[in-house]
Amino acid sequence: MAQLAAVIGTGQTRYKTKRGDVSIAGLLREAAVNALEDAGLGFEDIDAVVIGKAPDMFEGVVMPECYLADALGANGKPMLRVHTAGSVGGSTALVAASHVQSGTFKRVLTVTYEKQSESNAMWALSTPQPFAVHLNAGAGGYFAPIIREYMRRSKAPWDVGIKVAVKDRLHGARNPLAHLHKPDITMKEVEESMMLWDPLRLLEACPSSDGACAMVIAAEDAVDSSAKPPAWIRGGAMRSEPTMYAGREEVNPRAGRDCAADVYAQAGIRDPRRDLDVAEIYVPFSWYEPMWLENLGFAEEGQGWRLTMEGATSLDEGGDIPWNPSGGVLSSNPIGASGMIRFAEAARQVRGDAGAHQVEGAKLAMGHAYGGGAQFFSMWIVGADKP
Amino acid sequence: MSEAREPVTGIEAPVYLQYQFTAGRAPSRFLSALKQGRLTGQRCPGCSQVYIPPRGACPACGIATEEEVTLSNKATVQSFTIVYIPIPGNPIKPPYIVANLVPDGANISFIHLLSECVNEEVHIGQRVQAVWKPEAEWDYKMDNIIYYKPLDEPDVPVELIGKLGVDGREVQP
Amino acid sequence: MSGLKAMSAQRDIAIVAFHQSDCQASAGATNEVELIMPEIRAVMDQVGLHNAQDVDFVCSGSCDYLQGAAFAFVAGVDALGAVPPIRESHVEMDAAWALYESVLKIRMGHADSALIYGFAKSSPGELPIVLSQQLDPYYLAPLWVDTVSLAAMQARLMLDAGKITEADMAAVVSRSRRNAMNNPHAQLAGDLSVEALLQEAPFVSPLRRHDCSPVSDGASAMIIATVEQAEAWGKPYAILRGIDHRIESHNLCTRDLTDSPSTRRAAEAAGVADGAIDVAELYAPFSHQEIILSRALGLGEGTRVNPSGGVLAGNLMMASGLSRVGEVFQRIVSGEARRGVAHATSGPCLQHNLVAVVEAA
Repeated sequence: MAQLAAVIGTGQTRYKTKRGDVSIAGLLREAAVNALEDAGLGFEDIDAVVIGKAPDMFEGVVMPECYLADALGANGKPMLRVHTAGSVGGSTALVAASHVQSGTFKRVLTVTYEKQSESNAMWALSTPQPFAVHLNAGAGGYFAPIIREYMRRSKAPWDVGIKVAVKDRLHGARNPLAHLHKPDITMKEVEESMMLWDPLRLLEACPSSDGACAMVIAAEDAVDSSAKPPAWIRGGAMRSEPTMYAGREEVNPRAGRDCAADVYAQAGIRDPRRDLDVAEIYVPFSWYEPMWLENLGFAEEGQGWRLTMEGATSLDEGGDIPWNPSGGVLSSNPIGASGMIRFAEAARQVRGDAGAHQVEGAKLAMGHAYGGGAQFFSMWIVGADKP
Repeated sequence: MSEAREPVTGIEAPVYLQYQFTAGRAPSRFLSALKQGRLTGQRCPGCSQVYIPPRGACPACGIATEEEVTLSNKATVQSFTIVYIPIPGNPIKPPYIVANLVPDGANISFIHLLSECVNEEVHIGQRVQAVWKPEAEWDYKMDNIIYYKPLDEPDVPVELIGKLGVDGREVQP
Repeated sequence: MSGLKAMSAQRDIAIVAFHQSDCQASAGATNEVELIMPEIRAVMDQVGLHNAQDVDFVCSGSCDYLQGAAFAFVAGVDALGAVPPIRESHVEMDAAWALYESVLKIRMGHADSALIYGFAKSSPGELPIVLSQQLDPYYLAPLWVDTVSLAAMQARLMLDAGKITEADMAAVVSRSRRNAMNNPHAQLAGDLSVEALLQEAPFVSPLRRHDCSPVSDGASAMIIATVEQAEAWGKPYAILRGIDHRIESHNLCTRDLTDSPSTRRAAEAAGVADGAIDVAELYAPFSHQEIILSRALGLGEGTRVNPSGGVLAGNLMMASGLSRVGEVFQRIVSGEARRGVAHATSGPCLQHNLVAVVEAA
């Protein structure tokens, strides 16, 4: 049924608060050219282009695939635009993969991006609608009460989030593309950073970045153009549930649990902590590491924070299951691309291509993204070994 | 040769678009009740859960919510955050409390402000009550309720939040 | 050829159900969820299903800017009964592209059935102005060139090149309005002669108001499945024989606007020329564009074009493309036609085009 497909090229931009040196199209092209070079291909080798980003209002360009067709060499080709809120980077990768896994195309270029500096993205989420109370103080204001409930249930120590914030920034310091470079960050520095949405402090929240991420996904008989080994797609899954409904489990959403179970089954994973070598998981606010450790089955419910505190997810502490060696969303956050960066970084790990943040000998890796009110999930597993 | 110039790193191109926003049929009924000083929810004909604010559908069942239910002015804190950054275009000065509140009679929380309280003493399960604007200022708006304030009543156990009837007692199945 | 029809070993896709709302100039107080729910219900009832839990995949098409709120599509999930969670995706495009994504999902074996829907409430904003922000943000969008003006320039090029006459354009409109008299969902219908239409004053020269599709609120929905699943459901179905889409340059000055090479390419990949075409439903928001599309698709005398009246009779943004496929499906299932072509478009002056071939089972 599904044809085999693999990532044969990844490309990213340098992530920064403001990339004033490139246009929106230039930003995407930078990532696309990097991915094509990595794949040993040119634009002429590409059969179809799939792009994704978060809401159009972040840059003020309506249905931007029209404007971006030229820069991505898409003229005369199919071009698709995916939008599934914050999970879009992951779902775009999965939609791109389906172009190959369906047996329709040989080589697909996929690019996701956000150029948050071109507008005020945080407030683009809060367009004043009549009738409603205007209390939308950004995504942090939405997620902080859910984190508070997690802390109540799990009885986790107050500084778990601080530990995650430090760990991911130390990881990010190894990644030359990361937006934040803080090799000397300390628990004290995070603790003393400004409280934004209690219990979340400034340094426990993701930055706002410009950036783009691209991948080339190829069919089984088209993986040899790259000098590096392919990252075989071993499973891919998406799940959605409504933003709010009576009795919804917001701390440990069922959509995330179901999505993980689906992707693990496809990849033959029984115990993710043991079977996976590394995971790139969408953690935009520090406390989502312990919450997702539980949601994704790396730890029992209520126990995720113990893995974090023991250093199990830290590259620097020699943890057995490093999470976000690239620095994660806490180190770079071009929203629409953030999910795809997770997927691409997972591919880099199993290709042995992750440089200073390489997990030694990584063979099987997970990429994860979520969006909306933690209701849209997309995940994939990539491996060094052909299935 | 032209003289060396600074590179152009951006242009100002503001986007102004006007919309005549409509709330929806179900939200319109909710807003009409609010204008009369009544907080209402709508019951799903499928699962019987009461939604506030109603958006048109019971998201769990995917069917329209028709039956109007009057809710209490009393509510329970499901969770909250203390916000230290300003809301754009809003006169509220930080720090302020944004809470997920479940009014008695409803099965889901909505977001509103909590005030007249010591921020550090706010907690999950706390009882609160709506503070309405003077009747003359009522409009088709959620902020007819200015904020909620603490109520001197015993806390609601966490497992019962979202399960109280309009009288504030646990609904017996 | 890398179009979907080339993969003969692949699973055949059956279109099993379709429904579209009325095209309304304004849906009034009705919001998006309230627009979507009846359409989902209608297609579910056609197949005898309960809700989205009974299909393997759901994909929708919509555009935040039409409503003027980020994440407008998220509310659409409320119409599905997505508890427990479902496999779901969304394109910020016409739902015809959601159909395309769903076809890939079925072909790769991750789903045997899919629900597709598109919706928009365009009436709250000024659609041609909103769509001007689809243009290059540095050079064109700041000029606020609206979509009607761009289409008018395209029509002018065609008239000056002698490729059409104003009477040709009026003939398209006259046929659309007359056909729409048999379409209960149409917004504009009537018996108008070419002569009478040509008497109308110019709107954005050379376009008259009737050369431009109206702005409509509404939604449409479709259910597709593998042929095996369709047989198991025991409902009449049509075969989606081929589907392909192509984009072309955003730079209008480098395009031959009197032609649509992307449509021609998509038609080749979808296999339009593999048999006679009884019926064609073309997404032509402006009368002259129907002529461009008919020529690019190689349609002849034997093809009935836009028997529904097409989008000149009612244009549901983000759903009209899916509806074109649905209109062809209905005519095939009813036995009115054996083979048809459906077309969807996006972007200024037909920049991006999708072509689907639907056949009797």
